Amino acid sequence: MQYMLLIYGAEAERPQMSPEQMGEMMSAYMAFTESIKSEGIFLAGDALKGIDTATTVRVREGAALHTDGPFAATKEQLGGYYLIDVPDLDKALEVAARLPGSWYGSVEVRPVMSPEDYGN
Amino acid sequence: MVSDTIERVFRQEQGRILASLIGVLRDFELAEEALMDALAAALERWPVDGVPDKPAAWITRSARNNAIDRLRRRGTRREKEPALEALLQLQADERGEEQEVEDVRDERLRLIFTCCHPALAPEARVALTLRTLCGLRTPEIARAFLVPEATMAQRLVRAKRKISAAGIPYVVPSGPLLPERLSSVLAVIYLVFNEGYSASSGAGVVRRELCSEAIRLARVVGDLMGPQPEVLGLLALMLLHDSRRDAREDSAGLPVLLDEQDRGLWRHGQIAEGAALVEQALRMGQVGPYQIQAAIAALHAQAETPESTDWAQIAALYGLLVVMNPSPVVRLNQAVAIAFSEGLEQGLLRLDSIVAEGSLAAYHLLPAARADLLRRLGRWSEAAVAYRMALELCGNEGQRGLLERRLAELDSTV
Repeated sequence: MQYMLLIYGAEAERPQMSPEQMGEMMSAYMAFTESIKSEGIFLAGDALKGIDTATTVRVREGAALHTDGPFAATKEQLGGYYLIDVPDLDKALEVAARLPGSWYGSVEVRPVMSPEDYGN
Repeated sequence: MVSDTIERVFRQEQGRILASLIGVLRDFELAEEALMDALAAALERWPVDGVPDKPAAWITRSARNNAIDRLRRRGTRREKEPALEALLQLQADERGEEQEVEDVRDERLRLIFTCCHPALAPEARVALTLRTLCGLRTPEIARAFLVPEATMAQRLVRAKRKISAAGIPYVVPSGPLLPERLSSVLAVIYLVFNEGYSASSGAGVVRRELCSEAIRLARVVGDLMGPQPEVLGLLALMLLHDSRRDAREDSAGLPVLLDEQDRGLWRHGQIAEGAALVEQALRMGQVGPYQIQAAIAALHAQAETPESTDWAQIAALYGLLVVMNPSPVVRLNQAVAIAFSEGLEQGLLRLDSIVAEGSLAAYHLLPAARADLLRRLGRWSEAAVAYRMALELCGNEGQRGLLERRLAELDSTV
């Protein structure tokens, strides 16, 4: 089953990290990515640029409305994701707990719909 | 009466049959539908043909056939094929019944862990466990938890969907996952028990049944997993609490506190079993919170009079419990035990420091405990103030009655 691991964190806290802490986090992420690649469960994963680069689009009655910023103002923002392929939720939760994002913020684990799910 | 037999067979066997069906089908809803069909078939056939020799086996076989029909009617959806294959093989299989019994034991254990999976909301875990493992019907569960039937039905549907949609596995977790998951299972069982135990009269019967179901489930987990200290501890704890069930209420339905209970009404067989289980668990050398609470309950249960209670040992056990779980409620209980072993003032000092922390400001048992110690110290006006504070915070009718009685006694003393 494919699962999307959505990484949420408080962007506002980022600038308070020291260069050493930043470096630690980066190498933790690299080690994590390497480990899930070697386990053969990695499908994709990226970090996103900050919310100050986000634009939200809504099309209403044929007209596109653009808003500066993320779709909702929350304390923690979506900052990156991994897409993995594992047998079940237990494995996905175990991987999520190894994801550095879950130590600093929160990781939401969402199963990805498969073609069979569209049959329902 | 044939219909009584059917009712009885279903109550006793439903959990087992459902577990085995879910194990093969990996689909709660399909399993439940197939089981319902089998009940309907039994209600139709048994009065005519007579009750079969092995009613549970008959229902299992009939439910499997129904599931096969339903899967075939659903057509060629690919992911369902393995279930169909497995069912056909099972129905053709001539294995001895012993093997089947073994398989079902495994299925039940898997199902318990699935129903108590931490990815489900705690109230959903409890409801799903009662529905699938205890065979309680949705309206019964709704009544026990005092929620509308539609709400409970919705809760169950959502939980079952999440299990299949999110890929919650049917496994007994192994390795480092096991302790965490087992504690989730035990927490669900204890929640079921407490829901029944803390019930005041009224919705009585169903809620009392929750206590028996929780005890039964703990026995099942203990049987299936082999002796595990905390499982034994929890079973002992529940048996010991439940042993006092006939003494906990007076004829007017008001709660009777431990030191005023008629100890002759306690179930001494249950106390003996509970105490033996605590000892067995403690000998295994992995102490945990359930074992300690059970040991405390055993000391209370074995005291022939309130005065002969071994408060010093109880206070020491609470000391251990505080190390594991330093919550203010545990420290409140420790303070009371210290009051009766070392001296009322020492206990009161500890209660006052919990009051000063402010974290239990809304908990009526804190002023109630203070009031009790102040009353015993003869500090009546302070006690009255504390009783009034407790009354302001207490929502439970029975306990309010008790507090009001104490307050009236004080007022007449002063």
